[in-house]
Parts: sequence; structure tokens; C-alpha cells
Amino acid sequence: MDDATATAAGSGPPSMARIRWIGFSTIVIREYGRIVRIWGQTLVPSAVTAMLYFVIFGNLIGRRVGPIAGFDYKQYIAPGLIMMAIITNSYGNVVSSFFGAKFGKHIEELLVSPLPAWIIVAGYVTGGLVRGLLVGLVVMVVSLVFARLEVHHLAAIVAAALLTSSVFSLAGFINAIYARNFDQMNWIPTFVLTPLTYFGGVFYSVTMLPPWAQKVSFVNPILHMVNAFRYGFLGASDVHVTGAFVLMSVLAVAMFVFAVSLLDRGVGVRD
Amino acid sequence: MLALSTRELTKTYRNGVQALRGVDLDVEQGDFFALLGPNGAGKTTLIAIITSLVNKTGGTASVFGYDIDKELERAKSCIGIVPQELNFNQFETPLTIVINQAGFYGIPRAVARVRAERYLKQLQLWDKRNSAARGLSGGMKRRLMIARALMHEPRLLILDEPTAGVDIEIRRTMWDFLREINASGTTIILTTHYLEEAETLCRNIAIINKGDIIERDRMGNLLLRLHTETFVLNTRGVLDAAPETPGFALRMIDAHTLEVDVSKDQNLNELFALLSQRRIEILSMRNKVNRLEEIFMRLVENRTAAGAAG
Repeated sequence: MDDATATAAGSGPPSMARIRWIGFSTIVIREYGRIVRIWGQTLVPSAVTAMLYFVIFGNLIGRRVGPIAGFDYKQYIAPGLIMMAIITNSYGNVVSSFFGAKFGKHIEELLVSPLPAWIIVAGYVTGGLVRGLLVGLVVMVVSLVFARLEVHHLAAIVAAALLTSSVFSLAGFINAIYARNFDQMNWIPTFVLTPLTYFGGVFYSVTMLPPWAQKVSFVNPILHMVNAFRYGFLGASDVHVTGAFVLMSVLAVAMFVFAVSLLDRGVGVRD
Repeated sequence: MLALSTRELTKTYRNGVQALRGVDLDVEQGDFFALLGPNGAGKTTLIAIITSLVNKTGGTASVFGYDIDKELERAKSCIGIVPQELNFNQFETPLTIVINQAGFYGIPRAVARVRAERYLKQLQLWDKRNSAARGLSGGMKRRLMIARALMHEPRLLILDEPTAGVDIEIRRTMWDFLREINASGTTIILTTHYLEEAETLCRNIAIINKGDIIERDRMGNLLLRLHTETFVLNTRGVLDAAPETPGFALRMIDAHTLEVDVSKDQNLNELFALLSQRRIEILSMRNKVNRLEEIFMRLVENRTAAGAAG
């Protein structure tokens, strides 16, 4: 055993790049295993919620609301509902998985390993992406039962889904870093995420709001995410689409840097 | 080559507690090294700094020459850690836990599967490989943490009270296993409250108290410093009183038990000769306390008294 991992490679110590790649894949495989193992908690609830929204908002209330921007109400809210599922599941996956690891102390398995902070963050965020996109697909299938969805701009759909999922996976990670108990883990979703999502144009167009409320709504990043995603399906948006992608990209990069710096300094995980 | 080297290592926690006060410690490659100290002495903090679970306040530390400030990833690749507290996901299976841990050290899954079988079998956990870890017994959980720590075949294995709460039979099996691992070239640092364990397994020893290393020596040298040992003798016949044996102050504990202090310049042959003259048959004899325990207590108490006086 000339080196810790020499025997694994067969000849000489493996490069740090190889260790990082295998480490990253291991975190993602573990996260995927967790998502699939508890599928009843991870994949199903959003499908049921989306179905209820379509039945109650789409069928019952939607008939009275009438078309928005020239689209049937169910067709209009479908991208928003998919995005809502992506947001809550990306966030929920990382916050519960990372906080659970902190609480159960098995985060130490990663902290003592040679993996740098950015790989650990990237691994957890990819886990959040996997769940967010899987649930997004499930909700999209449910949506197809109730509404006609057409692809207007595939790249916009994919990019908006990936960027939004990354941003909220990172937000979940940062929440888990700071959370000291299960209550604190739920504060952000309850008091920040849910209100922002509901006021983020999932169920309505901001043009239906009074001018002051429209101005306030534009501060809400979820409005931009939902509309960029909706643009991919309908070709219609309440916000400037390019601006929305710039905002999402800047948020994703800034939050990644912040999350890595927190973990690197050991905030919330080591003294 | 040094497996571990620390210089002036200090740690002050945010609450003001000074856990380490400039620790200088060298552990040679291939050693089986005991790091002993009372509760709160700084053992776990020292280990946590080396494994980067705690940020140090000052000083330096290197593992096989890799400075933890400059080449932390390389340093961590060399270390396997068995912590004091259980720290694996209780909902996962032993097989998943050890294979994932190997992955975190860059071991491909195919290699990890082979090693998992080897170590889980050696530590008698193979039959439980697919059971949820939370269902394992206390001893099994401890052994699982050892298997996990060995998955990347570390050059330095650090065991922080690995046999706490484990029954004596399993403890002895674990000792044999650790001896084998050490014989195969792995350096081992062991902290334990079972001083018999340290005396049996370790070749070198450091004693830490209140954040300072107060003793560092070979185990044999340290034990030689014990000037007086207390023995407990069990007699066949019933005793009325402690027999008079010039040079040896025997004390009667009960009708079949005597206790005697024997200094280094005395020998036990004389004592047995005197007892034979008095027709007292000795059935068995043992040390009243473990020898290392006696030295340990003296060193720690002396230092505490000196600290109080100063």
C-alpha cells in the first residue's frame, strides 16, 4: 500500500481529477438511490398536487377566468405547475438530504474524504437536479392529460428547467448549511419559497395585477423563471426572456460560489 | 518516514475553551500508537483537526509529509478514520455504506465491491450486508465503521475508542484484526479508555492532558517506570489475619485474599518463600490494577496537582 489509493488504479496513485470524478458520481448515485428508494415521498406527491390543481383551478375556476394571453387557462398554468414542482422538489431534495446528513452525522463521511467542497456541493446540486427534473417530467405527463402542451422553444424549456433547478438546489443547500434543527429547515420553504412561488405568476399573468403589484412582482425571481419556462411552451411571457436567463445564470453562479465558500469554511458543519 | 507530525498545534473553541495548547507529536510509519488521556483532554480534537472535521487555531500538521494546509486532499487520502460516535446513515445497508465510502476516496465501484466483500467478511458482517444498518448490534456497528475506514486501504488508520461498549469476546477479535492490519504496514493511532487494550496492542504511547502532551515514550519504557506494583493473592486455606512477612506489608482483604505492594528492588520469589514457610498456599495472583492504568493515573494526577499548585 504505497499510496492510499494506489491499488485501486493498479499503477501509481490516481489523479485528483479521477478521485473527484468518482467521488462526484458516488454522491449523485447515492442521491438517486435515495430518491428512488423513497419514491412515495419524492416522486408521487407533486403528481397528485398537480392533478388537484388542474381539477380545481383548471376545470372549476379556470372556466370562469377565461383565456390568458390567448391561451386556454389550463394550457397557461401547465408550465407554471411543472416549474413549481421543479422548484419545490429541487429545494426539498437538497435541504432534506444535506440536513439529514448533518443531523445523522454521516456528512462526516464526505468531510473526511479528499473531495473538495465544490465537488460536494456539485454532487448534492446534481442530486437536486435529478429529482427536480424527474418530478418535472412526471408532472408534465400529468399535464398532458388535462392540457395541450406544444414545444415552442425546446432550448428555452431545457435551460429554464436546468437553471431553476440548480438555483433552488443551491438554495436548499445553503438553508441546510445554516439550519440547526428541523424547524429551521422548514422556515424558508414555508415563509419564503411558497409565497414567492404563488406570487410568481404560476396561476395568473402579472398583467392582471394593478401597476404597483406588477412592479413588486418583477422583483420576484420566480416570476422570471416561470415565464422563461412558459415561453418555451407557449411563446408568451410577461418578462423579458433574455433578461430572465441572465438573472437565472447570475443567481446560479453566485449561489454556487457562496455555497462552496460556506462549506469550505465549515460553516454549520465543523467548528 | 513520519505518518503524522504536528507542531505547535493549537485549538481554541469559540466558547473560549482551549482544547489544544501547542501539541508536538510524531508518529512513525508502521507504528501502533496509543494516544491516551482523560475525557476532555484534547484527543478527539487532535484527531478531528487531522481529519479536517475541526478547524485548527494555529500550528501545523502533516500526514506522510502532506501538509494539511497545503495538500489537504492528498493528506486526507492517506487517512482512514473510525470515529468515537456512530456516523453512518442508519437507513442504508452496510454494503452501500462501505461502497459509497470507497467512492468518496476515488475507488471505482468494481474494486470497491471486491474490497467490501473482503472486509465485511473479515469483520463478520457479510451476512448482514443487505440489512439496514440501524438494525445492527452495537458491536456490529463499530465493526462496520472499521470496515468503512479500510475501504480505501489507508496508510494511516485512526481509531477513536473503537471498542467502546463492545463485549470482551468481540473486542479480542477486533484486536487480532487490528494487529493483522498493522502487520500489513498500516500505521495505527488508537485512543481508548481500556488501558489494557493500549498496553496489549501499542508499541508507543503519548498521554495528553488538558491540551498538552505530558508523556511520550515507548510502551515498554513507560511501564518500567512503575516503581511499585500491587498484587492480589488468592489463598487455598482460610486466613485469620495477614501473615507477617518481613519486607512485605501484606494486607488481608478477606479470608481467602491478600494484597501486597512490591517495589522494583524486591522480588516475588522472596515473598513466595516467606509464604511457603508459613504454609500459605497461593492459588492465583493478579495485578490489582492494570500497570498502564497506574502510570496513567499518576501522570495525570501529578500534572493536575502541579497545575493547581502553579
